Amino acid sequence: MTKIRLATIWFAGCAGCHMSFLDMDEWLFELTKHVDIVFSPALADPKEYPDNVDVCLIEGAIGNEEHLELIQEIRQKTKIVASLGDCAVTSNVSGLRNKYGSAEPVLERTYFELADLQPQLPYDKEGVLPKLLDRVYPIHEVVPVDLFIPGCPPEADRIIAAIEPLLQNQQPVMAGRKMIKFG
Amino acid sequence: MSVKTLTINGELISARAGDTILQAAKDNGIYIPTLCHLEGLSDIGACRMCMVEVEGINKLLSACVTEVAEGMVVATNTEKLKEYRRMNMELIFAEGNHTCAVCVANSNCELQDTAVAVGMEHTRFSYRFPDRGVDLSHPQFGIDRNRCILCTRCVRVCDEIEGAHVWDIANRGEEAEIVSGLNQPWGEVDACTACGKCVNACPTGAISYKGSSVAVMQRDRGRIPFLAAAREKQQWTR
Repeated sequence: MTKIRLATIWFAGCAGCHMSFLDMDEWLFELTKHVDIVFSPALADPKEYPDNVDVCLIEGAIGNEEHLELIQEIRQKTKIVASLGDCAVTSNVSGLRNKYGSAEPVLERTYFELADLQPQLPYDKEGVLPKLLDRVYPIHEVVPVDLFIPGCPPEADRIIAAIEPLLQNQQPVMAGRKMIKFG
Repeated sequence: MSVKTLTINGELISARAGDTILQAAKDNGIYIPTLCHLEGLSDIGACRMCMVEVEGINKLLSACVTEVAEGMVVATNTEKLKEYRRMNMELIFAEGNHTCAVCVANSNCELQDTAVAVGMEHTRFSYRFPDRGVDLSHPQFGIDRNRCILCTRCVRVCDEIEGAHVWDIANRGEEAEIVSGLNQPWGEVDACTACGKCVNACPTGAISYKGSSVAVMQRDRGRIPFLAAAREKQQWTR
């Protein structure tokens, strides 16, 4: 049997969802029987997103230009795109800055008002860091999403219950407090 | 006492004349989701979560403000209702700032619970990220209007049970918001007795005890129904 090609990616989030993913503990051994992890900031480190990915778990919201570019590439090269955690599903904490209407007040506060030594924007040198978008988006507002796994973070058991059916080519049932409670 | 006989979800039930569909359903163990309803307060049909289908009527009715009638045929859980309830819930979430992960009421929240009950795992509507302000001028309590769903349970409990009428709704449409006194900071409203009934009535994290951190806010959900039962039925103990 050919193994399922699994990717994970981490956009505007805190790594908590990936911590939760690693918190699946011994089930990770079970998982590796069925999948090849082909791209993941936590578990594999190729620099380019590969072709023909079966499932991609997405942590975090779309918050900067690099995210916006990469999510398009991921959608093109992936069969099942799953939003993992509240930031991917709702923009959550990453989206709290949206009430300011643009990235400027946040950058101003962070890099000028709170600067101790050298107040300056981090991307003054061209191409060093991707620019923040004026609005943070949940994944499904940018590309179609096939599966939503809410939670901040989604507990390991919830992630297992959501991806185990995918290994058998079935759609998981996302219902009930154990599976869809936000926060 | 006059009795009405009606059908809910194909089940023949009897209810007291004057009861609402919601009351009749509850008495017969039939769950209808609600947000603005609170036992002991008047019902106003604000949140639209309890919409039901009644045979022969071409629109959806709020179960909390519709009285039972003889021979009425009610459906509470059709595919159409499930879809509308979920859409309603998505709109409520998109309208305010309901970020469960950083809310005082996380895991003790009727809005969060009802979202689970209607199967909402994401919203199809873009969040609006309003900036409606936070009022922490009261010495004991605080209100974050961004978490308010305008259910008016605080308005009604303060008016009907406490008799102080500190709260009201100002403005209309998307600008509607809960205000205290004559649109003053809560801490400056002389009429407020600091009884805390609004804190116990609030279904979300909007009104909370000051100093509550994420997910630590606990409410006494039975307090308002108990006070109402004490007044109306002279039941002095819980």
